[in-house]
This record gives sequence, C-alpha cells and structure tokens, in this order.
Amino acid sequence: MESTTAAFRENTAKALGDAKLRDALSKLTDGFPARRREAIARLPEFDALRDAARDIKDHVLANLDFYLEAFEARVVEAGGTVHWCRTAAEARTAILRICKTAGAKTVTKGKSMIGEEIAINEHLEVHGIEPVETDLGEYIIQLRYEPPSHIIAPAIHLSKEQVADTFREKHHHLSPGRSLDEPRVLLDEARGELRRKFIGADVGLTGANMLIAETGSIVLVTNEGNADLTYSLPRVHIVIASLEKIVPTLEDATTILRVLARSATGQEMSVYTTFCTGPKRQGDLDGPDEFHVVLLDNGRTGMLGGEFHEMLRCIRCGACLNHCPVYKAIGGHAYGWVYSGPMGAVLIPGLIGIEEAGHLPNASTLCGKCEDVCPMRIPLPRMLRTWRRRQFERRQTSYPSRAGLRAWSLIARRPWLYRLGADIAVAALAVLGRARGRFRWLPLAGGWTKLRDLPAPEEGGTFISRYHLGEHGDGA
Amino acid sequence: MSDARSDILGAVKAALKQAGGTGKADTTTVVSSSQRLGDPRANLIPARGRLGAKARVDLFIREAEQASATVARVSSLSGVPREVARFLAKNNLPMTLKVAPGIAEPAIPWTRETLLSVDEGRANGSESASVSRAFAGIAETGTLVMLSGSDNPTTLNFLPPTHVVVISASEITGDYEESWSELKEKGQDGRFMPRAVNWITGPSRTADIEQTLLMGAHGPQRLHIVIVDEETPAP
Repeated sequence: MESTTAAFRENTAKALGDAKLRDALSKLTDGFPARRREAIARLPEFDALRDAARDIKDHVLANLDFYLEAFEARVVEAGGTVHWCRTAAEARTAILRICKTAGAKTVTKGKSMIGEEIAINEHLEVHGIEPVETDLGEYIIQLRYEPPSHIIAPAIHLSKEQVADTFREKHHHLSPGRSLDEPRVLLDEARGELRRKFIGADVGLTGANMLIAETGSIVLVTNEGNADLTYSLPRVHIVIASLEKIVPTLEDATTILRVLARSATGQEMSVYTTFCTGPKRQGDLDGPDEFHVVLLDNGRTGMLGGEFHEMLRCIRCGACLNHCPVYKAIGGHAYGWVYSGPMGAVLIPGLIGIEEAGHLPNASTLCGKCEDVCPMRIPLPRMLRTWRRRQFERRQTSYPSRAGLRAWSLIARRPWLYRLGADIAVAALAVLGRARGRFRWLPLAGGWTKLRDLPAPEEGGTFISRYHLGEHGDGA
Repeated sequence: MSDARSDILGAVKAALKQAGGTGKADTTTVVSSSQRLGDPRANLIPARGRLGAKARVDLFIREAEQASATVARVSSLSGVPREVARFLAKNNLPMTLKVAPGIAEPAIPWTRETLLSVDEGRANGSESASVSRAFAGIAETGTLVMLSGSDNPTTLNFLPPTHVVVISASEITGDYEESWSELKEKGQDGRFMPRAVNWITGPSRTADIEQTLLMGAHGPQRLHIVIVDEETPAP
C-alpha cells in the first residue's frame, strides 16, 4: 500500500475536523475497552496468561530459524507448499503465480493485514484477477477504495449512512429505491452479494493469526465465518503470513488464543477459531485441492534481535488502538499506512523507514495505557522513545526542537539551575498574571495557548520552595 | 525461491547470533525447542473448567448460551430427530436438513418419528439447515470442536443459515488442552490433525457497521446444540 504517513500533520488536521469521524470514534470507548474489562474481570488468571503468552513468543523469536524449518517440514508432510518471500514484491509474485497456474478469475479474501501490507489486491487487479474482500468491514472499504482504519474493525470510521451510500452506488443491479436504513439490511445485502462470490471463487486467500510448528497448521480467527468459507469452497487455499506469526505447539497457540479475543473484542473466545492443516484429504467431501503458505519477511528479520525485537510478539488484537487517546482522536487513516495506533507508530517506521514515518513516534503522550493493556506485554512507550532518540541522533528532528531539547537537557540535569529557572518563571508569571488570573498568550507556547488559557500560578513560589519553607501539610 | 529461503534463514540466524548467540550454534536451546515440539506441554490452564462431570456440562451450557447459542438436552441419540424438528418448527424453518454422513441413517433414525426431509453430504449453499457431529465441547467457553472428514464435511458448519450440532455429554471437557490430548491419542504415526479443526463459539456475527452487533454475518445465524445424555452401555 502507498503510504501517506509523511503527510501525518495534514492527515491529522483533516481527521480532527471531520465530525462524522469523531462520532464514529466516540463509540469506540464504550465498546471494545468496556467489554475487555468485563471479560478480564471474569478470568482471574488473565495476567498470568499474558506472562505465559509473552514467554512463548520470546522463546519462538529466540529460536525462530528452528521453528520456521519445523513448520515448513510439517506443511510439506501434510501435502502443502511453503513459499519463502523476502519482500512484498516477491510475495505478490508468488501469489499471482499460484493464481495464474490455477486459472483463477476471482479470488475471495479473508481479512489479512499482511495482504494490505503487500497491496495484493491492486496487484491481482492489474493482472486481470478480481480480488473480493469477504470480511464485512473490509468489503465495505474495498468498495470505497479506502485502507482499513483499524486492524480488527477496518470500517470503524464509517457511519451506516455512508455504508448505505456506498452500497447504492456499487450494487447497481439492485433496486435503487430499496431501503438501506438499518445495519441489518446492509448486512443482509452484503451477505447476499458475497455468497455468490464465495461459491464462484477459484482461489481463497487468507492471512493467519498463527502458524503452528508442531503440526504445520495455520490458525484463523474470525467472528463472521468469512475466512472459513474462503478456504473451504475454492480449489486453492493460499495463506499469506509473516515470519513472526509462528508458535511452537497447539498448546502454545491455545494460551495465546485465551488472551487474543478478550483483549480485542472482550469476547471469551472469537466465534470461529480454525486450524487448517494441508489440503483436502482422501475421502473429504470439501476443502481445497492445494494448500500454499506464503511466508513473508518484509523487514521482520531486520527487527529481530534489535531494539524493536519485542514488537515481533504482537498478535494484532487492536487493544492498544482502542485505549490510545491519540488514536481515539484521529482514527486510523491519519497514520497513513496499513497499521495505526501505538503498534502502528512503532511498526510503521520499522517497515517503511523512520524518514517516511518520523511523525508517528512523536504523536504520543506516552501515557503508557497501550503497554498496560497489551496482552503480549510489549513495551510500546519505550519503543516510541527509542524512535525519538534515533531521530535525534540522526538529526532528523527540526532545528528548534533540537535546540529546545538541548536546552532542556542542560537544565534538567542540573537541579539548582532547574529550581532557579522555575522560581524566576513562577514569580514572573504570578506578577504578570495578577490582573487577569490567566494568560491568553505566552511566548514559545503560542500553539498551546491558541486553544486554551493558562491559569496564572498563585503567588508564593514553586512546590519545592514552599516545601523548603516548611509547608509540609498536616497529619502526615 | 530456494534463494529467498536461505537468505531469510541466514538473516534470522545472523540477527539472533548478534543479539546474544541464541541461533543454531547454541545447541541447548535447539534441544529444548525439539523437546518442546516432541513432547508438547500445556501452559497455564485457567481453573474455570476444572469441574465434576455434571457441573462441567452445566458450565458448557451457560457459556454457549452466553455466546448466543441455544442448547437442548435429550436422553438418547434416537431422541435427536424430535428435538431438531421441534427446534425448526419453533423458528418457523422448513423441515429439511442436510446431515453429516457420520450421523445419517441408521446412526440416527431421522425420519422414523418425524416429518423431516433429510439429505446427507456436504453443503452447497442451498440448504436451510444442517446437522453435524462435534468431536468435543469445551466447558471453559461453551466452544464446540468440529473435525473435518468424510463423515463430517466442513461446509455444513458454515454455509446453511441454521446449524445444529450433536454432542454427547461425555464428550464435554473442561478445557481446550484436554481435547487436544484426546485428538493426539486418536492419531496414528504422530499424525492426528484432520484438514480442519473448527472451534465454534456461538453463531456467526459482526459489529463492523457502527459497532452494532448482528448475528449471521456469513456463517449461521442460529447455532443449536443438542446434548445427548445417553449412558455409555456397559462393556
């Protein structure tokens, strides 16, 4: 996918001015986070399961070559094929070749973030093959030529009126006067359209939530059942997955599944969790004749063993997005690429380069909520700070920011200087603000005071100076 | 493509070696990894499912209903057709079924006491309701475990708008790990995974439009579980 990450400031300004988007995003807070809290309250072992899940992925990553080879061997034993791809371009080529060999005209697709990452839809279209997204949210945004705005709820930025308009425009074989007022009607229409596509598709392309080295199985998690129709109806099933999706055993996958749905949607378990192992067996009445796994690196080995190693534990649940004050204000599209929210702000610079994605690690208050809710205990704020440090070291930060940071580090490392500066500033503000009690404008803080006033401090000095004067409070 | 394979594995090994020697050279971790694959151990299992037989079935029912499935209990396999007919009538559905070959006549006497019209095989999208057989039920979350195979086609789980699943009370386990162990025991020569293992927890749903929860997105709108309480016959 083309990135618009470099235009993050413009994207953000547009998002903040979009009233419909604000409405849509305001529903996020009451939805996923509230249900997540309820689900976790029901499972006393949740935090211990997070530790176990983290340990599983740490073990896998430390022995990734071993598990990748074991996984490949089991896939081959089960009658499947593994296609190793270094780059997005190699993955696109591999998928197109399989589709062409199968004589495919239509490819149904389960939702896959890796599919978005390598922009497979555009590639298939250019070569005369019709890709059809089957997850309802993905289907809607495919019709609108939009990227997903949330990793598990791709159309979360849209209202039902916008969906109705899109269906009216794209499903022109249906009666133009039909009522499309309710989500139920919209769903039924999409279900009907997609049924025909499912039945007629030649190839089914899905992602994978996990790859299991013990059995060569791939794991698919959905609530709609679309991924299951995608792999069980066409003649060929292609799985596109990145290297780090691997786990050792079925038991390990099970542990991660226990934290995945609870973190994502607050469900005890997603409706459909599927373990696919190879193609159709002898005697089977359904299932694909061919089973291909396209195993993609696309920058992962570059993160392995480095400062962003732990990001490879991510299971794409979306909890960090749902709890992020920045994501909730601007939505996913502002991030300008496939991923968004805190995980996107760490991952995107790693995959497309910090030069292109430099704004993302800076668009964070570092409030730490993302790390609090991450089921894999990924230290996202630390990694955001690491990106900021790298930008500073590589002189990618603007001159005023660098000068400001240098001045700050000079002062912050010398307590006497800090206190002196604070005493002078507070005294000056107290005197200057005596008349109005607040400031409508301050030098160097014009951006901040543009939208709000700064209350003038009370006379009497800083906390520290008052503490030294003996104002320790009572009772303590 | 073999180039890409060796490049990727090479890059992985180099990155791990640089990070502290956990690559192939470190034989201790590889041994522990092969042990992990050869003799998989369960990780932490939540206490929720560790119950006696009766409480386990009760938990399974509660959790399945929580996930919007409906549940009925019958005392023997021969009671299944009447329960299915009752369920279809109650929901104003046609009395036609596509059933999995493994539970077609004579395993279950579908038409002896009902007016059901029954066909067996895989689903093709024209059916209004299907019946298949579960391998296990997981009390922990009210989840059904379905195995693909000639006797239990996968398409029955997903294409028809109404899906009925038959399970014996004795097949309901506390947690997922127990069902993996059972599956592994049944395997031959270390090969135990069918083409598809489907965990199903309630009927299909989506909240993709304005986060409004709707049942029956692509898979079934109704999931009805029939638990057979039959005593296992004495040997």
